[in-house]
Amino acid sequence: MSSNALKRIGFYLASFALLLLFFVPPVTAADSQLSVYVVNYPLKYFAERVGGEHVKVTFPVPGDEDPAYWTPNIATIGAYQQADLILLNGAGYAKWVDKVSLPRSKTVDTSRKFRNRLITVKETTTHSHGAAGQHAHENLAFTTWIDFSLATAQARAVAAAFTRKRPRFKADFEAGYGRLAQDLADLDRHIEKTVAGHQATPLIVSHPVYDYLVQRYGLNARSVHWEPDQRPMPGQIIELEKMLADHPAKWMVWEGKPLPAAVQLLVDLGVGSVVFDPCGNVPEGGDFLEIMQQNGANLKQIFE
Amino acid sequence: MIDSLYLAWKYLSFNKVKTVTLIACITLISFLPGALQLLLNESERQLMSRAVSTPLVVGAKGSALDLVMNSLYFDDEVPELISMSATDQVMDTDLALPIPLYVRFHVRNYPIVGTTLDYFEFRKLKIAHGRQIAVLGDCVVGAAAAKALNVEPGDSLVSSPQTLFDLAGIYPLKMKVTGILQKSHSPDDLGIFVDLKTAWVIQGLGHGHQDVTKISDQTLILKKTDENVAASAKLFHFQEITEKNIGTFHFHGDLSVYPVTAVIAVPYDPKSGTILQGRYLSKEAGEQIIKPRTVIDGLLENIFRIKNVLDAVISVVALATVMAIVLVFALSLRLRQREIETIFKLGCSRATIARLITAEILIIVIASAILNVLLMIPLHLYTNDLVRLLVIQ
Repeated sequence: MSSNALKRIGFYLASFALLLLFFVPPVTAADSQLSVYVVNYPLKYFAERVGGEHVKVTFPVPGDEDPAYWTPNIATIGAYQQADLILLNGAGYAKWVDKVSLPRSKTVDTSRKFRNRLITVKETTTHSHGAAGQHAHENLAFTTWIDFSLATAQARAVAAAFTRKRPRFKADFEAGYGRLAQDLADLDRHIEKTVAGHQATPLIVSHPVYDYLVQRYGLNARSVHWEPDQRPMPGQIIELEKMLADHPAKWMVWEGKPLPAAVQLLVDLGVGSVVFDPCGNVPEGGDFLEIMQQNGANLKQIFE
Repeated sequence: MIDSLYLAWKYLSFNKVKTVTLIACITLISFLPGALQLLLNESERQLMSRAVSTPLVVGAKGSALDLVMNSLYFDDEVPELISMSATDQVMDTDLALPIPLYVRFHVRNYPIVGTTLDYFEFRKLKIAHGRQIAVLGDCVVGAAAAKALNVEPGDSLVSSPQTLFDLAGIYPLKMKVTGILQKSHSPDDLGIFVDLKTAWVIQGLGHGHQDVTKISDQTLILKKTDENVAASAKLFHFQEITEKNIGTFHFHGDLSVYPVTAVIAVPYDPKSGTILQGRYLSKEAGEQIIKPRTVIDGLLENIFRIKNVLDAVISVVALATVMAIVLVFALSLRLRQREIETIFKLGCSRATIARLITAEILIIVIASAILNVLLMIPLHLYTNDLVRLLVIQ
């Protein structure tokens, strides 16, 4: 073949390559990024740790709302419907999910794989009307992620969902999940070590949100219904005194920093206060891991 | 030729009864096979296009035809119900996307289709006006149903009670129309689509009412103990889901045991579809999985078998009619023998007489053809509805 013919072929190939470059749109990060909507902060944290740069995670709940009881408006429901993936906590978390229409193909219940480990909480008063007969509204305890073994399973579900949607980034998702699972395992070991040998120590928890923590680490805890930002009512104090009579707890575990008045009231009853923040919404400072590490450190006060 | 046509026209006008009878016979004989073919083609198109686009349907064991007709064409015959866990089972296999269907209730004669948002994507249904369903109580309406019911986004539709005298039964639910679907030329045009949970509310499995532990009107309470509050029948159940009362709506028990009529399974690939079908082969499986295409193929085979019989009958009738027409013309010529002789004596050739008779036949055939076209126009316009009425329902 003459050099002229070779040059001509080279010219045609180069032209073809240029044409391809012109017509085939480049794959940008924005194109390939998964749009992920979540229902609470732990899932946002897990999704970001697992998905890294391949995902754009949106958590539309305002900072001052409890995501478990928040209700989105129609526009926000529409945004959830348009997402590539919707990560639900499951276990009845985010009550609004039962009352809206979400595409099943895009929805991932991150606690579905361990549904047999979910804890049922029954309302104390039953009622009856119509054909349904006597019934109570049974609810599931939903703060699953404070049992770090369950949190790891939820992160695994997140990684699997991402891989199904973007198989080409499987290695990145697996690496992200691996690092997160390691951090969660460290937290789990730390708390296990903290409570080891002291599981019988009586505890009071300020809110019925610690079921999974109690179950995982075999704690001896009973629950009242006190809000950290509210001064306890006389009836609540009487209820606590009654509880202390046969459950002599020295510590109350709070969801958030309690009012000084509440702390003083407890001190008068011989009960100390520690914070274990379930971190359902975005924390004011730090991230999920830091908050949970702080929670672990706070628990040391009780069990040391 | 114009003269022959004029004379033929005059002759036919004079013998009105004979002319009308001949035109009617020819019209009917030519119209019937054409109309039948048109209806069959349309029914084949409607049945097959829907069946081909629906890969697999999971439902209760029993009549596969009832299951397909209800799931694909929203037929009134409700198959035996299965539980929502059938949907979860398909989901858990990771082989197919399950789309549950609950087609049981109606708004007047239009079926309420309880499903999930995936159904719209699967059938490629687009919203023409308004928005997609978002919360409990929302519904989007098919194009033909919206036209017939005269509704637009923002209007309301009330579900019909299942039986007229079921006064103590299911309360009708007032649903908010949020959107109207684009015309899809399929049974979806006649559907009223709601979220599956809304369909369960229509059934009474989910409901909203005052908190019985907090009501002050003691006439609503039959009995109250520390453990139980028994409410009387006077307890008001909400019949419309609004922004204010949506929080009170709840479902009792495990949603996985709630009923659905079928689950459309969309396999992720052909191999997954085959594996999924294999899972339902065991006798222990409570449900059956069917390929709608196979069921509809069987149905069409029967329809075409009937069509062949009809074709044969029509052919015999057509032959008899043609023979009768020939006889009518032959007798007519004999009766008109003297008339023809007079024409001949007036100086007309035999060719002119033949032209006269040909013109008469031509006018009758053209009149039949025009009538045929006139009959075909409304048939074309209403084929879709006729097929639904005669074949699908």
